[in-house]
Amino acid sequence: MKTRKHRRVGDSPLVRRTLIGLAVTLTVLLLFMPLVLIFVQAFTEGWAGYVSNILDEYTLHAIGLTLVVALLTVPLNLVFGVFLAWLVTRFRFPGRKLLATLIDIPFAVSPVVAGLLFLLLYGSNGWVGQWLGEYDIQLMFSWPGIVMVTVFVTCPFVARELIPLMQQQGREEEEAGVVLGASGWQLFRRVTLPNIRWALLYGVILTNARAVGEFGAVSVVSGNIRGETNTLPLQVELLYQDYNTAGAFAASSLLAGIALITLVVKAIVEWRQSRN
Amino acid sequence: MSIEIQGINKFFDNFQALHDINLTIPEGQLTALLGPSGSGKTTLLRIIAGLETPEQGRIGFSGKDVTNLHVRDRRVGFVFQHYALFRHMTVAENVAFGLNVLPRKERPGKPEIRKRVDGLLEMVQLGHLADRYPAQLSGGQKQRIALARAMAMRPEILLLDEPFGALDAKVRKDLRRWLRNLHDELHFTSVFVTHDQEEALELSDQVVVMSNGRIEQVDSPLELYGRPDSRFVFEFLGQVNVLSGRIRDGVMRQGDAWIRLPEGCENDDAQLYLRPHEVRLAQAASDQSHLPFRIEAINLIGAEVRIELKPDGWDCEELWEVGISHTEFNARQPQRGDRCFAIPEVGHLFCEHDTEPKTLEWKRR
Repeated sequence: MKTRKHRRVGDSPLVRRTLIGLAVTLTVLLLFMPLVLIFVQAFTEGWAGYVSNILDEYTLHAIGLTLVVALLTVPLNLVFGVFLAWLVTRFRFPGRKLLATLIDIPFAVSPVVAGLLFLLLYGSNGWVGQWLGEYDIQLMFSWPGIVMVTVFVTCPFVARELIPLMQQQGREEEEAGVVLGASGWQLFRRVTLPNIRWALLYGVILTNARAVGEFGAVSVVSGNIRGETNTLPLQVELLYQDYNTAGAFAASSLLAGIALITLVVKAIVEWRQSRN
Repeated sequence: MSIEIQGINKFFDNFQALHDINLTIPEGQLTALLGPSGSGKTTLLRIIAGLETPEQGRIGFSGKDVTNLHVRDRRVGFVFQHYALFRHMTVAENVAFGLNVLPRKERPGKPEIRKRVDGLLEMVQLGHLADRYPAQLSGGQKQRIALARAMAMRPEILLLDEPFGALDAKVRKDLRRWLRNLHDELHFTSVFVTHDQEEALELSDQVVVMSNGRIEQVDSPLELYGRPDSRFVFEFLGQVNVLSGRIRDGVMRQGDAWIRLPEGCENDDAQLYLRPHEVRLAQAASDQSHLPFRIEAINLIGAEVRIELKPDGWDCEELWEVGISHTEFNARQPQRGDRCFAIPEVGHLFCEHDTEPKTLEWKRR
């Protein structure tokens, strides 16, 4: 007897092959090749050249500054994001919906514009900046300014991950906890936090990736002082403009490496999340 | 512990969920809050627990005012409608939660907690599931774990929100019996919310019927079924047959139907409510009443044969229903479409100009 292969609607071999072919071509051309090229370019002067490029005084400083910025930004936005998600999902107050929308402003605004806004507000001629200047406090064109704009740009990531999850989980478990006598902190640590931990970690990973890679907003407020206010993405641009291609790509390879690690961790977290 | 509820008013924005609720729930009894959805019964239960705050009124536990006492300090057991088990904790950890969050001074030692959890799981007959997670349990098992968790703090008041709502019929019946036994054994004061009349009447010592944020009637199940105070309670509790008509000179009449009422009934518009077991079926009308019907449907399943009747020559909103024994059914063999007469034995008369219903009896001749 002849068996007929079962086929679903729209599942014609031609359509399928065309789509797969298109997807593979685009992925290779636009995503994979550039990534490989970064590492190829970084190693044009060989391993020794690569190492000496990385160990360049200014590049090392840029790496250090980038790490400091990420180390300050991530915990700050972690706390802020949890607080915001808790507020929006567990309390009813006028303006709650508006607040939930305002959280997204940093996503909607171009980072360069965000940088300019901070410059206007906190720069030496800005409203707050003038007042701070009287106390000899300078935020713009130094590392606190860089941290401030990075915090701004990355602040929705954690809250955005948590809000839908906490809405879906509801408050019943927390109510059960409080009826059983748990205090506010016990409730958070023993009931709320374990329920949101994977979403929280996911938000942290995204925050970190963006904090390390942010260019636009940082470039406006940093002032590009070599060895002082240059983060890694800014250092890449600077090296490239100095016609130091190998150095630029060596620095880029670090950012690309961080991105790859982020992707792997993200995949693991997503897998854990789907299992729970 | 008894629960005293005085003058409770509760609003959600502009909607008034509870209107001036006054109620005493006696110590050691099982009380049901019964009503259709939106009647305010769950809100009242949550106010007793302290999960909602009333705008006005006061709550007392055995005379002690707890209105301003935080949920955490009221020490009541609460079983949520969807159980609300902690999904990331094992069954044993769930049950131990209340003990684990006690202040260090009051907290029993680890072996003591372990022992108490084992005891509670034994009580709900689920000791073998101690290391499972909630997602691995059936609905009935989750419900019993939720109960064990609520009992862990040895509360004197146990509150249950639709405890059997999400379970299938068989499990529901088992759990109902089991809860009744547990209650008889431990004698805590329990209040449970339900929209199922049968459940309320079967399980409780006292039933509080609610509708639209008000209490309609508070009574024992027997009194409630036998002597409902209002049309709402009558219609809400089980099947009811209604004759609407006008009383003139001691006879209530509508179309071809009439009933001679006992003495003392004023001329008025009125409705006569009769339970299915308060009506007999006959081949001919009596000198007391003339209620002609056609048989519309016959349902043989159950302890009784239920016969649905369509009025013949008069009107009513819903079909009448009368139960006859299988023996009587076999002897008479009524068929669909047959004409027959209903003979009332007991009835409840609601007059337009009288708030209290009158219970009437007709002598059999």
